[in-house]
Amino acid sequence: MSKVKSPSLAKWLISGPPLLYLVIFFAVPTLIMIFSAFRFPGEYGGLMPLVDINPDTGARELLINWQNWHEFLTLENFTRFFEDGVYVQLFIKSFWYAGLTTFFCIILAYPLAWLIARSPKKYRDLLVLLVILPFWSNFLIRVYAWMIILGPQGYFAMTVNSVLAWFGVGPQQFLFTHFAVIVVLVYVHLPFMVLPLYANLEKHDMALLDAAQDLGASAWQRFWRITWPLSLPGIWAGAALVFIPALGMFAVPDLVGGTDGIMVGNLIKQQFLDSRDWPFGSTLSIMLTATVLLLASLATLISRGRKKHD
Amino acid sequence: MTKQNKWLWLAALFTYAFLYLPLIIVVMYSFNDSRLNAEWVGFTFKWYHILFNDEQMLVAARNSLLIGVVTSFFSTIFGTLAGVAMYKYNLRLLPVLVLTPIAIPEILMGVSLLMFFVMLNMTLGLFSVTLAHIAFCIGFVAIVVRSRLQGMDESLLEAARDLGATPIQAFRLITMPLIMPGIIAGALMAFTLSIDDFVITFFTAGAGASTLPLQIYSMIRIAVTPEVNAISTLLMLLTLALILIASKVAPSALRAK
Repeated sequence: MSKVKSPSLAKWLISGPPLLYLVIFFAVPTLIMIFSAFRFPGEYGGLMPLVDINPDTGARELLINWQNWHEFLTLENFTRFFEDGVYVQLFIKSFWYAGLTTFFCIILAYPLAWLIARSPKKYRDLLVLLVILPFWSNFLIRVYAWMIILGPQGYFAMTVNSVLAWFGVGPQQFLFTHFAVIVVLVYVHLPFMVLPLYANLEKHDMALLDAAQDLGASAWQRFWRITWPLSLPGIWAGAALVFIPALGMFAVPDLVGGTDGIMVGNLIKQQFLDSRDWPFGSTLSIMLTATVLLLASLATLISRGRKKHD
Repeated sequence: MTKQNKWLWLAALFTYAFLYLPLIIVVMYSFNDSRLNAEWVGFTFKWYHILFNDEQMLVAARNSLLIGVVTSFFSTIFGTLAGVAMYKYNLRLLPVLVLTPIAIPEILMGVSLLMFFVMLNMTLGLFSVTLAHIAFCIGFVAIVVRSRLQGMDESLLEAARDLGATPIQAFRLITMPLIMPGIIAGALMAFTLSIDDFVITFFTAGAGASTLPLQIYSMIRIAVTPEVNAISTLLMLLTLALILIASKVAPSALRAK
């Protein structure tokens, strides 16, 4: 690395501006959110004020002090979260949705990633680009496309319902159900599973499979004993990339989930924009962040452990 | 080709169809002469006419473009600096601040910025949305620029320094031209991310400003209308054009995300 004459000055000149910007517009808001989780809601929504403006002098007065802090700070939001089963249930349900999404993404992505990794080198980039391309179109458009398909007049619903009618089953609704939420979540997250999986499968040594075949291993054995265990790091990376954003999703359940398809994200949105209970909304956000961080570090630990193992 | 491979190909084809059919349907219905996204009635440009006469939609499009250009400009400057800093120095705080916004669910950044802006008594609108967009785009630009730097040949810089170039000259004449494709790709990426963003915009826009995703959202919440198909088709074309430019400028950058 080239030596810079005054490393500390240059260092601050280069890293200072982005650092300052991210501290103001990411770190500070995050800290405000964490602090808000321990406060009371205001009379008209938002937060209960800590500062008051004196009507006579117009000066700002700090209301909170060492004696009365318990009137301003509370753990109530957290007890509410854990004591009222509804919220924990909604978290579990969101986990379930995100888990199912990850599962179906693996099922769909695996054959595709495997084939791309095994296709002639000159086609690989193109085949990968074809996976990414739809992902670059607007997120809402991709959700909207499924509103058309799953809607009562869409081809999917019409076809399935006419088949069901044959068996004497009445027409089913597809849009605004759990089913719709899962399908759309899988659709918008699929590329995040294909890419890491492909990157992993591409590096596999084909000689291993040939050797196994020579030693009499069946196709299933070769897959289950060689390819699958070797691809686990790719699966873990993909699972983290799918599970975490799926867990915090609010637009998808909002648009295609109807009333019983809602997830944690919808509850957070509701707390901030509809009931304007900021402290509880912050609590929910913190619980979501904590879960995400826990999962992310777990995934890193597992993949690290595997690397050591190999 | 063995029998198993045939099944694999079938599965892969199914997945590609799963990825593309929904978008093809959106484009198709944008030319359908019917209010309902159901039967094919006949070809028309009607929805595009309606779209171009929709005052609200045009305002939203103008807002989106404005926010996108300003966001792209500033996040490219901050992101490039961050990318260079992360490559050159062993920093602790900066990488965390650059990478976490990308890793956590978007809604978290949306609500925390909402509280932040309201506490500062800022009117929510174009300005607050732009500030928020810059914050989440910096990380993406930084990653692209850093990966470009990692592919750079260090000996070029050493040669320049040996030949008497000052650090600033070396940066301007060697590093800059080499990482330029990364910077351009980062700028295009920031523009696309900004134009596409829904969640963070949703929380930081207030009632004051509408962007294309917000406008689309409010339309599809009420009812499915072919006008949305038309704007969707145009947005897809715009994204496709940007990707083509990016692939010409920096083929490797496309794989960065």
